[in-house]
Amino acid sequence: MDLEFESSLESVEKAEEIVRRVAGRLGLENDELDRLGLAVHETMVNAVVHGNRYNKHKKVHLSLRNDADRIIITVVDQGEGFDLGSVPDPLNGDNLLRASGRGLLLIRAFVDECEVRKAQPGGTEVKLVKFVRKPEIMGETRGGLQK
Amino acid sequence: MSAKLSTRQVGDVTVVDVAGRITLGEGASRLREDIKGLLGKGSKRILLNLGDVTYIDSSGIGELVSGFTTVANQGGQLKLLGLTKRVEDLLQITKLYTVFEVFDDEAKAVRSF
Repeated sequence: MDLEFESSLESVEKAEEIVRRVAGRLGLENDELDRLGLAVHETMVNAVVHGNRYNKHKKVHLSLRNDADRIIITVVDQGEGFDLGSVPDPLNGDNLLRASGRGLLLIRAFVDECEVRKAQPGGTEVKLVKFVRKPEIMGETRGGLQK
Repeated sequence: MSAKLSTRQVGDVTVVDVAGRITLGEGASRLREDIKGLLGKGSKRILLNLGDVTYIDSSGIGELVSGFTTVANQGGQLKLLGLTKRVEDLLQITKLYTVFEVFDDEAKAVRSF
């Protein structure tokens, strides 16, 4: 499944809702579904706000794939990219009381794998992998999504 | 459901009942404005009741921190009441559990100020 979103906060909610619906059908449930939902929410916020800076001419692409035991979500923005090393560690005592900067921490906490890299020709690509706990349900629906 | 905030006075503590979504946009900014408003009116003992918060994201968490520091900088205290499992999880992951005073019982929370 490949989707394109406007750079708006409505898109954040829409993307989360779609991923939750699909992931639910693939067997993810309760807390794990909430966690994936929040990880997608935060990833979309980063793409819309920090990547595309709400620019209506820039889009956010989201792709959703499923494998035998996992859901793979890739979010790509059209921003200028950023240096991961420049993001202050929100768990460091000096940064604990900062009002922002916790998005990536939550994303990493709530998925099984998270990869951030520069997209070509520009922007940032974030790949999230979430393992599905019920492989038998996954097996029934495998092929339901575009590979 | 978007954020819904209402305030009530219990002794000299202002309890803010927060319900709905505290996320980037309306929910988080509403919380910020309400805390500012309370400080403006002289309330310096603020208890945020988060029992009916259905969703919170990193911006919402950021607003809690921001509220905490704003109130503390004015010589007041901001404490939390009735965390849902979801909010509790986020405070654990972000290590903010070590920053906030958190209560399950309102009467106890009110007495703690």
